[in-house]
Amino acid sequence: MSLQLFTQYLFSGITYGILYAIVAIGFNIIYNTTGIINFAQGEFVMLGGMCAISLHEYMPLPAAILLAVIITGIIGGLIEIIFIRWLDSPSVLRMIIITIGLSILIREAALFVWGESVRSLPYFNGDAVTSVQIFGANISPQVLWVIGVCSVIVVGLSLFFQFTYAGREMRACAANRTAATLCGINTRSKITWSFMLSAGIGAVAGCVMSPITYTQYDIGPGLAIKGFTVVILGGLGNSMAAVAAGLLLGIVESFSIIVVPMAYQEVISIAILLIVLFVRPHGLFGSSETACLQDF
Amino acid sequence: MGISKRNIPVLLLIALVVIVQLITAGTDTSFYLTQLTMTAYYSLVIIGLCLLMGYAGQLSLGHAGFFAIGGYVSAALTTHNLIGLRHNQLIELLNKTGLLSMGQDIYGEKILTVIPWAACLAAILVTIIIAFAIGKPVLKLKGHYLAMATLGFGIIIFRFAMATEYFGEADGISGVPPFHLLPGLTVSGDFGARISNYYIAWGLVLLGMILSLNLVNSRVGRALRAIHGSEEAAAAMGINASRFKLYTFVISAVFAALAGVMLTHYNGGIGPSEASVMKSVRYVAIIAIGGMSSLWGALCMGVILNFMSLRGMFGSYDGAVFGAILVAMMLFAPDGILRLPLLKKLWRKNGPARN
Repeated sequence: MSLQLFTQYLFSGITYGILYAIVAIGFNIIYNTTGIINFAQGEFVMLGGMCAISLHEYMPLPAAILLAVIITGIIGGLIEIIFIRWLDSPSVLRMIIITIGLSILIREAALFVWGESVRSLPYFNGDAVTSVQIFGANISPQVLWVIGVCSVIVVGLSLFFQFTYAGREMRACAANRTAATLCGINTRSKITWSFMLSAGIGAVAGCVMSPITYTQYDIGPGLAIKGFTVVILGGLGNSMAAVAAGLLLGIVESFSIIVVPMAYQEVISIAILLIVLFVRPHGLFGSSETACLQDF
Repeated sequence: MGISKRNIPVLLLIALVVIVQLITAGTDTSFYLTQLTMTAYYSLVIIGLCLLMGYAGQLSLGHAGFFAIGGYVSAALTTHNLIGLRHNQLIELLNKTGLLSMGQDIYGEKILTVIPWAACLAAILVTIIIAFAIGKPVLKLKGHYLAMATLGFGIIIFRFAMATEYFGEADGISGVPPFHLLPGLTVSGDFGARISNYYIAWGLVLLGMILSLNLVNSRVGRALRAIHGSEEAAAAMGINASRFKLYTFVISAVFAALAGVMLTHYNGGIGPSEASVMKSVRYVAIIAIGGMSSLWGALCMGVILNFMSLRGMFGSYDGAVFGAILVAMMLFAPDGILRLPLLKKLWRKNGPARN
């Protein structure tokens, strides 16, 4: 394989990989504060993209994206307040079914509002044919935007959780909710915030990816299952490992085109998910001992 | 065997099936029978899944996959022309044993296909093998992991159906021949065979129901409920939890595959939408409404909702209706619609005791 082709595949892998990583981080944020896997995570990405596309008709791109992220964040918060907050220690099965139901409802609502058509935001710089040359490969500036924005999100989040008061409170929530409550942390509101944050970063990813991957009402489930694959690869609840795992999955997926036809691409990542679940359910980077203590 | 209390619902179901047929015959609305037949096959999937979810306590978001495996294997074997491979030894052997049938297509070309009986058995066999292979590792998982793994399995089957030429890609397989069950009994979408098909379908549902009820009330059923309650406790009592779970998984997969085979012959074809995640979620939704561990509840809700959906009563909001049902049920009545507080008292008096 020539260096040019290699670079081309590599960048395509990184682009998708970092998108999966963002979805995975969204899963992890909610899982860490509530112990729930939110099956509607992919729908946040779709909502972010769709809102931005609609808003862009009335306002400049940056404002549209900002507003779309805020709207999606609010929707995420509302979902928590309306459907999850008042449930008294629900079973895992119940939460799975509720979030699946919510993902269907969001998807159907999106179908009703935006129809079946495939949409996309305009390229942030240039257009579909503008490209930057890297090692002889043609890379769209949008790819650089995706990598840049997502890196900022990842770094920003880790700083947020390390150094800010709110971030530390959320981590306290994750570690031990009862103890956090006893320390005077309002765990309820922290959970709402975690839903808003998770929905918000999903929306950001949905906006920057839209010019490349396009946005349609039903992209959610595919993203969710790949995001979940990444979550499992990295180990449930571990956001930094999710980035590495996301890049890994994206690159494997993009290079798999050499061996298997495009139509089977999704099969590859799901097969990886199944294999990891069967062989190393605690993830590539997790330890099996801590996994035993965790309640799935 | 006298009419014991347990047989009353079964007899009622038989009576209801006959009465509905007579009503449609009397009021000249026999077109309803088509949807009722399809509903019956979907109900068969639901009965099987109810065994798995309600009694063994294992969620499966991939049951449409098993339905599709049954339907697709049967459809592919009975439609793909083997005439080019006529001189292949294996094909010759199959031909001699009477497993193949020679026919003519609409252009008068000779076609050599597998007979439906053999195809049906092959489909069930394939399903059993896949269910064992998948079930063994999958059922070790719990909670979110189990949900995602079964969901992943369903998506893989869907993608295979969509991407494989042998299975007709996005168009699916059409032109599936009728299935001659017994002399005089044929599963086909033929106009004249409507009434007999209605009875075949409901006969199968009845059979499935009786089998499941017996299973649930046997030693196996009690073991399953023990597993549902607490796997560790069940294991401590000497129940081989993983084996019981695996067998239940395979049985429910076979139910789904059989329904797939039958419905494919009845409709004369199958498309990839039968394998979609939404279908799997629908089956789960119906069982949730029926009250998780209630075979009769699942059957009732399955019949009502599938019939309404097939009649197009939900219009383009079909998906939304099922989504809303899922959310509403899990929020307000996680024990099923028959166990809402109002009905609870009545139910407890003369219904099966809740575990």
